[in-house]
Amino acid sequence: MTTVAVVGYYEPWWIQLLKALVIFGVVFQLVPVALLAERKLLGRFQHRYGPNRVGPFGALQPVADIGKLLFKQQFRPRTSIGWLFAIAPAISMLTAVATIAIIPFSNTVDIFGTQVGLYGVDPSIGILFAFAFGAIAFYGLMLGGWASGSKYSFLGAMRSAAQLISYEVAQGLSLVGVIMMTGSLSLTQIVEAQEDLAFIVPQFVGFVIFLVAGFAETNRPPFDLPEADAELVGGYNTEYGGGRFAAYFAAEYLNIVVVSLLAVTLFLGGWNLPFVDPPTWVDPIVVLAKMLFFVFLFIWVRATLPRLRYDQLMSLGWKIFLPLATLNALVTAILVVVF
Amino acid sequence: MVPLERWTPGDDVVAVQRAPSPSAAGGAYRAFGATLKGLKTTLARYVEGPQTIQYPEEKTPVFPRFRGRHKLHRFEDTGLEKCVGCSLCAAACPADCIRVVAAENTPENRVSAGERYAAVYEINLSRCIFCGYCEIACPFDAITMGHDYEMSDYNRSDLIFTKEMLLAEPLDRTPLRTADE
Repeated sequence: MTTVAVVGYYEPWWIQLLKALVIFGVVFQLVPVALLAERKLLGRFQHRYGPNRVGPFGALQPVADIGKLLFKQQFRPRTSIGWLFAIAPAISMLTAVATIAIIPFSNTVDIFGTQVGLYGVDPSIGILFAFAFGAIAFYGLMLGGWASGSKYSFLGAMRSAAQLISYEVAQGLSLVGVIMMTGSLSLTQIVEAQEDLAFIVPQFVGFVIFLVAGFAETNRPPFDLPEADAELVGGYNTEYGGGRFAAYFAAEYLNIVVVSLLAVTLFLGGWNLPFVDPPTWVDPIVVLAKMLFFVFLFIWVRATLPRLRYDQLMSLGWKIFLPLATLNALVTAILVVVF
Repeated sequence: MVPLERWTPGDDVVAVQRAPSPSAAGGAYRAFGATLKGLKTTLARYVEGPQTIQYPEEKTPVFPRFRGRHKLHRFEDTGLEKCVGCSLCAAACPADCIRVVAAENTPENRVSAGERYAAVYEINLSRCIFCGYCEIACPFDAITMGHDYEMSDYNRSDLIFTKEMLLAEPLDRTPLRTADE
């Protein structure tokens, strides 16, 4: 039984708490899955098997990785700023997790007589919430790199600052088309507007820009300049080890999951499927399946593209994507008004 | 102030023809196409499947002439050792890793088919370069190079193989390539 989601509708506090725990639990479990998938798939893309020794089919490899990191000694350079050094990875984690709160996995459903929306919250500012936390996410990298008191880290932090700022603008503008076609910022309403046709078709340019900017936002290859293992020996996370490094690591994979979920919600029609109308309980599975496709794409691109040079990154962001996104928004605006 | 003269290349300078550098938009378009091409390439690698040989479980077969660990031989009918302790292998060895101490055969203690036998026959495999000269030098084909290459050990001294170890039937650990492979 599906009812139309009411923006700003809030459930009883205990349902909100339960939802928060369930969504966090499920999505957080995707981190080791994404980690393993990345290592396995990268292997396959290079004619290798990837990890296959720890547990059946190497399934316990992420557990071993994370376990190893957690048992390592916490170390920080003498030149670092202690408390900033400690909270920076936490900021990265926090912002990645916070964005998951607004991802709708399904519409409002009736569970034992209580209307429950299968999303954390559905704020009326919707997608702006994601951008707000995306902007804060850069503090995680920036503070981490700067507080390390090391030159490599500082360079990485500076790069991430410049990169995130230049790509956030294009990303934001790429979504203006979607928002105009929906007439709402709420993510559930954006998904509902795609019931007949996913926005990837009319908003293809916006989709490409969003995706590429998403790669840049998550510091994934080919935009992993803040890390740049070759030139910056890890960039902002050079001085990190142990649990704090694990936090950065988990945040990176969480960010992949989050950007994938956002792309699914905004452009692939969320829980909608073309031609078929499955029962409501299938909806979250549909969302997760679509998300896995994007996770695969992230890994696929990593296996394919080399890292961009810094000036290429900047010129791509400011000279191509920003004008293109603006043009896209402009054309969409005209078409929305005309039709 | 004298204006700088415009430099003109001499006859010995070859002008390089360069294609016009693409504009930002053209470059992006080309990059997009090239990206798709690259994605296709990597996916083809994925479809081909892994080429890994899972080493300790799977092994690449060696060629019949592969020069692995040495073996000492006996006559199959009499069971006597072929080695007569002539030390030609030790003389031929460029790494000087073979040590042979010969002793006389007696009617009560007959070890080899010849007059003498190798009382001590040791090969220091941590020095051996697996050149196979010992095999060539041996007049009785008493020493040959086997196919075994898994000889790592925890101790250097364990790598000095004695006569008993070299005479023993080696564990059949190495797959052998057949002729048509």
